[in-house]
Amino acid sequence: MDFDYSVEQDLLRDTLASYLADHYDFEMRRAAVSTPAGWRPKVWADLAERLNLLGAPFPEEYGGLGGGAIENAIVMEELGKALVVEPYLGTVVIGGGLLRQAGGALAAEWLPRIIAGHAVLAFAAAERQARYSLGDIAATAAPAEGGYRLNGRKTGVAGGPWASQFLVTARSGPGISLLLVDAGARGLTRSDYPTIDGGRASDLSFDDVVVPAARLVGAEGAALPLVERIADEAICALCAEAVGGMRRMLADTVAYASQRKQFGVPLSTFQVLQHRMADMYTALEQSAALTLVATMKLDRPAAERALAASAAKVQIGNAAKFIGQSAVQIHGGMGVTEELSLGHYFRRATAIGAQFGNADFHLRRYADLSLADAA
Amino acid sequence: MNLDYTTEELAFRDEVRAWIKQAYDPELKKLMSQSKNGYLDKAGQVKWQKKLAARGWAAPGWPVQYGGPDWTPTQRYIFQSETAAAGCPIVSPMGIAMVAYVIMEYGTEAQKQSFLPKILNTDECWCQGYSEPGSGSDLASLQMSAVRDGDHYVLNGSKIWTTHAQWADWIFCLVRTNREAKAQSGISFLLADMRTPGISIRPLPSLDGPIDGEQEVNQLFFENVCVPVENRIGEEGLGWTYAKYLLQFERGTAYGSLLRYLLAKIRHIAREQPAGNGGRLIDDPDFRRRYAELAVRVEAVDAAEMRFFSSVESGAAIGAMSSMFKLVGTELQQALSELAMEALGPDGLPFVQDSFAEVRGREAPVRPIPDHAAAVTPLYFNYRKTSIYAGTNEIQRNLLARHVLSSAGVRG
Repeated sequence: MDFDYSVEQDLLRDTLASYLADHYDFEMRRAAVSTPAGWRPKVWADLAERLNLLGAPFPEEYGGLGGGAIENAIVMEELGKALVVEPYLGTVVIGGGLLRQAGGALAAEWLPRIIAGHAVLAFAAAERQARYSLGDIAATAAPAEGGYRLNGRKTGVAGGPWASQFLVTARSGPGISLLLVDAGARGLTRSDYPTIDGGRASDLSFDDVVVPAARLVGAEGAALPLVERIADEAICALCAEAVGGMRRMLADTVAYASQRKQFGVPLSTFQVLQHRMADMYTALEQSAALTLVATMKLDRPAAERALAASAAKVQIGNAAKFIGQSAVQIHGGMGVTEELSLGHYFRRATAIGAQFGNADFHLRRYADLSLADAA
Repeated sequence: MNLDYTTEELAFRDEVRAWIKQAYDPELKKLMSQSKNGYLDKAGQVKWQKKLAARGWAAPGWPVQYGGPDWTPTQRYIFQSETAAAGCPIVSPMGIAMVAYVIMEYGTEAQKQSFLPKILNTDECWCQGYSEPGSGSDLASLQMSAVRDGDHYVLNGSKIWTTHAQWADWIFCLVRTNREAKAQSGISFLLADMRTPGISIRPLPSLDGPIDGEQEVNQLFFENVCVPVENRIGEEGLGWTYAKYLLQFERGTAYGSLLRYLLAKIRHIAREQPAGNGGRLIDDPDFRRRYAELAVRVEAVDAAEMRFFSSVESGAAIGAMSSMFKLVGTELQQALSELAMEALGPDGLPFVQDSFAEVRGREAPVRPIPDHAAAVTPLYFNYRKTSIYAGTNEIQRNLLARHVLSSAGVRG
């Protein structure tokens, strides 16, 4: 049992943190998210070329740095501290993660492109009727000459407007298949919109989109276990991002409470606020530890992995809500304005709560896994 | 970074499991299943602790020179997890986990030789004389006086919430030796023989309803009690320093495995209890949700404890984390005992005062309670203590806030 980071891992964190300090302060971010594009491709190129960051979790045979889920967590926590909108989660954690686990020619072709920053991926799995269920899929991938004919609709595709390729789940026969589809494919239409956290998303419509057989990720009709696993990996990464955001919210709150005076004394001298901040700290420390535990359990058998990921998502969902709401409350009127960065962290934390299953969804999943007869 | 145990650690875990299997015998198990507070009666408690001592495992935190087992932090975590998972009794902390550390650090050679071996082997039992009727959270305001008279002190006053004083051979006390000095600096740390004339015990039966003689807490009265000067720890007037040193051991326990044991107990109850609709409680959606909410909070405490106990932390962080674990650990002890009681529904109401009667051959209760339901409601009432003792949870929040508001506390 070992919770210490390696020297390489510390270096990874420090390198990213120092880049973000120089190139991603709050005003730069505010300007970037309000442009029509909504992101900065230059930052993405820097992450790839200057920092070699997009290869962090991939084996060296693909040009990666040989890390894994812990590296993803380190990166995501730093991205969370700076409210980075660029799509590390969709491209590296989910897109690259799916391709690496599927392996074969697709991985050999696409992982180097991801690492180089040339391929930007987005995960098109969710459908309107499914809410958070990964297996509730109406889109279909019917056999067609040389590949598949894809029909259906996907919703809430994070980073959709920026993607060069989508990873799309679709029903094929009784099972679920996963396809890598070019953003410019004929028959694919995209409707883009902003999200509450400063990000961008898309709804996608597939009308007889022809996908070559070589773009099938994993085995035909057998992608659900792969998708469930990547969802748990995404949950761990999102939890790490939330931990980064929570650290900032608590630090900002402590700083504000120490400096803001009312009744002639700093807010931090009031016991009722001290206790609230103590509870925020408690929620944060437990969230950070549980995120690490869930991340380290990603390679365990599916039920154990899922139990840990769901526990983390519930804990982080509740903690992010509590810390975000408390931070706004302690900041008083300033907390509800767009001027401070605080509110933007609160928005991102709120959005994370609703991604890949909210606390209620994961409570039920946790109960089902832990109260089965064998447990 | 990884969660795996090494081959040696796995072997150690198996060794602990095998030992528990033979040492935690049916008599002890039966007593424990009827326990209202995690302790057995004195005979059971001494039997269990002597078994641990015979194996060399009574005092996991002690240095080797005094009889500690020389375990790594991970080994200590494994031992704690395994004993808790098996539902073993609590080791009475006042001797082994409290006063012993003060004796080791500040005691004279004679004190070490006379007290430590008997503590280790549970040949002598200890109790703690800190709180007074007028001094709870504000402990430094304590008033019990110790007036120097030649080669001894004369003690007058009262101590309260004294756990198992009726079993104790010795008491370690905070007393006021100087009324002129500021609150903390007039305090000394004394060890008193409980058989000394002038000490009397008034039982304070707690809400779990103990029989006389098995009460957990007491009030003590000291009337002209003579304590030899050689029973003082360290210097006169430095008692507060020694008490603070001891505090870090009082708060140094891991809660995660105990909480997991309580979760297993709740699952067991929910499988046994009807839901009222023809099914079992374990399939009831409201129960399942409440269970999962608490279980996730247990996962979070356990994760934080694993991280804490396996890493080297700075001094400031140790204090803050101890406060945090005390806070969330006891809140969960209370919430889990509450859910266990509510899972029993009407079966939580029958009350057996002499819960050890059957094992001890005394007159058995009219309506025997099945093991899964025994002592569950008393435990709920007993656990109200957990957010009050060892520094109330409000005091822990004060301490945590001090850390959070310091420069060391929170970094963005």
